[in-house]
Amino acid sequence: MDISPTEVIETQARRTLGRRKDRRTWILWALRSSAPLWAVVLAFLIGAVVLEIAGIDPLRAYGAMLDGAVGSWAAVGLTLQKSVPLILSGLGVAFAYRCTLFNIGAEGQLYIGALVGTVLALYVPGLPAWLHIPLCLLGGFVGGAIWGGLPGYLRARRGLSEIIMTILLNYVAFWFTSFLVHGPIQEPAGYYPQTEPVPDSAVLPIFWDAGRLHIGFLIALAIAALVHIVLFRTALGFQIRAVGHNPKVAQHAGISPVRNMIIAMLVSGGLAGMAGIVEILGVQRRLSDFFSPGYGYDAIAVALLGNANPLGVVIAAIFFGALRAGSNMMQRSVAVPAAVAGFIQGITVLFVVIAGAIPQVHVHWGLRKERHG
Amino acid sequence: MATLLRMEDICKHFGEVVANDHVDFEVEEGEIHALLGENGAGKTTLMNILYGLYRPDHGRIWLRGRPVDISSPRVAISLGIGMIHQHFMLVPVFTVAENVLLGMPAPREPLLTLKQVAERVQHLSQQYGLMVDPYARVEDLAVGERQRVEILKALYRQADLLILDEPTAVLTPGEVEKLFTVLRNLTRQGKSVVFISHKLDEVMAISDRITVLRDGRVVQTVARKDTDKAALARMMVGREVVFRISRPETCRGEDVVLRVEGLTVQRRGERPALADINFCVRAGEIFAIAGVDGNGQRELAAVISGLEKPTFGRVEIEGQDVTALGPRGLVRLGVARIPEDRHGLGLVMGFTVGENLVLDCFDQSPFCRLGWLNFRAIWRRAMTLCQEYDIRPQQPDFPARLLSGGNQQKLILARELSRQPRFVLAVQPTRGLDVGASEFVYRNLLEQRQRGAGILLISTELDEVLMLADRIAVIHGGRIMDILERDEADLERLGLLMAGVAAVQRRAVAVAPEE
Amino acid sequence: MDNLIAFLANLFSVDFWAAAVRFATPLLFAALGEIFSERAGVLNIGLEGMMLSGAFGGMLGAYYSGSPWIGLVVAMAAGGTVALIHALISVTIRGNQVVSGAAINIAVLGLTTFLVRTIFGVGQRPTVASFDKWPIPLLSDIPVVGVVFFQHIPLVYIGYLLVPISSFLLFRTTWGLKIRAVGEHPLAADTVGIWVAGWRYGMTVLCGVLAGIGGAFLSLGQLNMFLENMTAGRGFIALAAVIFGRWRPFLVSLAVALFGAADASTLRLQALNVQIPYQIVLMIPYLLTFLAFIGLVGRTVPPAALGLPYRKGER
Repeated sequence: MDISPTEVIETQARRTLGRRKDRRTWILWALRSSAPLWAVVLAFLIGAVVLEIAGIDPLRAYGAMLDGAVGSWAAVGLTLQKSVPLILSGLGVAFAYRCTLFNIGAEGQLYIGALVGTVLALYVPGLPAWLHIPLCLLGGFVGGAIWGGLPGYLRARRGLSEIIMTILLNYVAFWFTSFLVHGPIQEPAGYYPQTEPVPDSAVLPIFWDAGRLHIGFLIALAIAALVHIVLFRTALGFQIRAVGHNPKVAQHAGISPVRNMIIAMLVSGGLAGMAGIVEILGVQRRLSDFFSPGYGYDAIAVALLGNANPLGVVIAAIFFGALRAGSNMMQRSVAVPAAVAGFIQGITVLFVVIAGAIPQVHVHWGLRKERHG
Repeated sequence: MATLLRMEDICKHFGEVVANDHVDFEVEEGEIHALLGENGAGKTTLMNILYGLYRPDHGRIWLRGRPVDISSPRVAISLGIGMIHQHFMLVPVFTVAENVLLGMPAPREPLLTLKQVAERVQHLSQQYGLMVDPYARVEDLAVGERQRVEILKALYRQADLLILDEPTAVLTPGEVEKLFTVLRNLTRQGKSVVFISHKLDEVMAISDRITVLRDGRVVQTVARKDTDKAALARMMVGREVVFRISRPETCRGEDVVLRVEGLTVQRRGERPALADINFCVRAGEIFAIAGVDGNGQRELAAVISGLEKPTFGRVEIEGQDVTALGPRGLVRLGVARIPEDRHGLGLVMGFTVGENLVLDCFDQSPFCRLGWLNFRAIWRRAMTLCQEYDIRPQQPDFPARLLSGGNQQKLILARELSRQPRFVLAVQPTRGLDVGASEFVYRNLLEQRQRGAGILLISTELDEVLMLADRIAVIHGGRIMDILERDEADLERLGLLMAGVAAVQRRAVAVAPEE
Repeated sequence: MDNLIAFLANLFSVDFWAAAVRFATPLLFAALGEIFSERAGVLNIGLEGMMLSGAFGGMLGAYYSGSPWIGLVVAMAAGGTVALIHALISVTIRGNQVVSGAAINIAVLGLTTFLVRTIFGVGQRPTVASFDKWPIPLLSDIPVVGVVFFQHIPLVYIGYLLVPISSFLLFRTTWGLKIRAVGEHPLAADTVGIWVAGWRYGMTVLCGVLAGIGGAFLSLGQLNMFLENMTAGRGFIALAAVIFGRWRPFLVSLAVALFGAADASTLRLQALNVQIPYQIVLMIPYLLTFLAFIGLVGRTVPPAALGLPYRKGER
């Protein structure tokens, strides 16, 4: 078999990069690594165009959005509050992605997690808060984990597409939950498709009055830190990342891709499940039909924008939370439909996808003395 | 016979690698002309140029006396050139007729009336003895039949010149015979064939003329009746050994470190990739398996690495049956494996130097305690190994993908050999490395040999094999042709074995070749 | 129990089946489009967004022109344009098809919601000219069958025709052969001179156009107005139907009929106050598809190169 031309040229390219900084390489590297930034900027620009066409002054709209996002402590609190489910489910999607898996099922796992957690909240009475809350959170995690672990297992062992499986399971989860809140676990009064409010012992207390922010935010941050530690400081994280980079190499080294993929989906689903229950216990206080405005799907965007990195996910989640909070305010104050934020969100992700297709080039920093060619 | 094709002074290079170096090549009408040479000799490149997949840097092509410019496969096809690649270009879920028709105008465009196509296919099939059912689905066909479909595709497009790239690589002996019959039918009816191969027996059996390529240059073009296998073997492999490393006297102990018995790897419907392999490697010896790429080395390496289970047979390391052990177990046993493909098997390119160096032991103390990674220990190990093995830059947090090829291989060596293994499997350890890096690899292997480890070296580089090995086995078509002591081995002998000619002197009767 | 019997009796009522046909039609258009796209190797998760853009575009076109047919054309253009973006990202830029599709859904939802509120205000939703029913002479007089199949708006009839046409195109023309080759083994197709990128673009845009028609059915046929997020996941149902129907138009039309019947039955269940909750009924199609996918109900083999970007010269 003759040498493939691309193989040789790549080797050549890698050698020369060490010696001089190629302008083209620089540009590509800069484009690719700063993608989240310019994607957002471009998306806002396009949003501005759309606003203009609709006869709205973009500056006014964006100003109101900004105000609604960070213009007051209440706004900041709302932003952070809305970012909580995104942080958790975004971490989930990111974790799966670290093992090459696309978890499109965060929404479904969110519902199942919320379901299990709420049931524990409602039907395990009489516990003190410091027991009840962790129990419900754990229940949420377990519920989501199962819902994610099933497609994870099928993908790991049989190679079936986790994308399709998780999408289908989303609907199963959604309708199943809907069925339950319309019937078996519906509030006694029976008017609305929702459960009773969860008992006070299960409610996540507010820790910041001015912003009305519940401790779910702190929990989410703590979990982000935990995910970071697990991914980058434990043997488990090492294995998962190894499989994520290259399953064949990992297998050759004795790391089991199957085992790690299953673990990754269990954790991923569990995190999304926690997102669901935290939202219930912290904000909505009861499980109702349609309780999630698409957090699970936004989580995909958050994970992508955050580059599958816990810190990046937190920042991206807060950004999306700001978009939500800001756009709601914008709708109230200047009557610009909040939906434009959703549009900007989608366009942002599209640009990040485009950036993802920019070839990965290597820029070598300094170290002129070492010639490692 | 008239000259059908003339390629004159063809030059082609990829970066710094010269694939074709002023090559002249001619084909006459109605002949079977073999292009013989090892992998990397430039045979496929030359034919890819002819088929329009590459453009030559220099040189001209004449077809029936007229100069032609072949800019794409479409042009080549229109000129009557057809190519049957090593990897078939067939859509598995389609039928034979559909595959043959694909890309060609149908008899009643745009209706897909396969009846006429099938009839034409049947007709061609009978004319040339191809025996293919036009309505069969390609994925249900055996490999030999699929190849005949590829030939049909070319004939349907009215090819006069057929290029077959290593056609017998995947065929059973019976299928090879069938193929040869077809080729003779083709040439009897005026078609011409270029037969790319590295297998001497076949080339001697089927060709009218033979052109030997080596390192991108034409060694010689001879008529088959004017030559013999020995001469061809010499032409194919003869080269000067570039550099020598002195190899200390035999350190071979008596302990068997690796024993392989009856190893067979066979997938359904295909010829066995490995057929009844038996050998053993002793402590303190380098046992090399030489052969042209694609004769089972990959499968052998995969089985011994624990990545694949053999269909039959067993592998023992120091007396322990490890056939079904898997990579994890082998790593725990302390077996060192230097894989063929740095990028695809050896290193996680997304990881740093330090992380790659603990790829095998990250979950053991001292690098890991209670699931927690001990970065200090990892860093220390990395620094030590970087110094010992001269990995540059000596930075444990340097991304592996930015290292040069030589340093990457040093990384793998460091990781695997620092374990003081009893058994080392090294597959193509110097592929893509320059002289200095290769020398480093050799030195390390010899050191391990000195230490008393048993080393199995699988390599296609004969100089390497001759320089390092205590014993040499030649693999061809999935079988061990013969095992020679170092002093019994020379280029000619090895060349013959590698090309499939069984040892003649060793046996009483001249054995008919395997294929 | 009586309610259950009443419900089951309802299953045999012509009204129910006619409703099933109506509910199935938008799914049919989207699913057929997705078949073409996926057969060519492009995975289009953004089907939902394309349908929604068609629903919106259709409403807009009908609103400003007074004719549902103009609305239909606008719907097709809208769906096609969105699909063009997806094709650009998937085929030329070779970006991740799954995320691209998901992002398109989010963006289109945001854009259509924003536009409808901006143009028409928050409360009122204008009604637009919509399609009238065109009973087919003679055929519509057949008892039972006539009511179920032949007393619909013209889009439904187009849908009927589209199934055999799609099947014919895919399996009995050279075009279909090329499309399928591009989706199974793009390299082989390339080597025989087929323009892989061209076919992939074409099929993706076709998918968008058909999905647009499906969306137009919602705003110009089922209702005569546009409601925010009116597709409500139908795009994903269509995706499931494509898998369930093994990428074959006739089987997919059966799957879509099943889903349509499930959809139609939910209203009846609610009205009759039956024990079987409508959510369970709605859940069943997804569950079935899931089971089918994991192999409990036969083998599902997608086009071999589905979702994989094609690079020239790569195996």
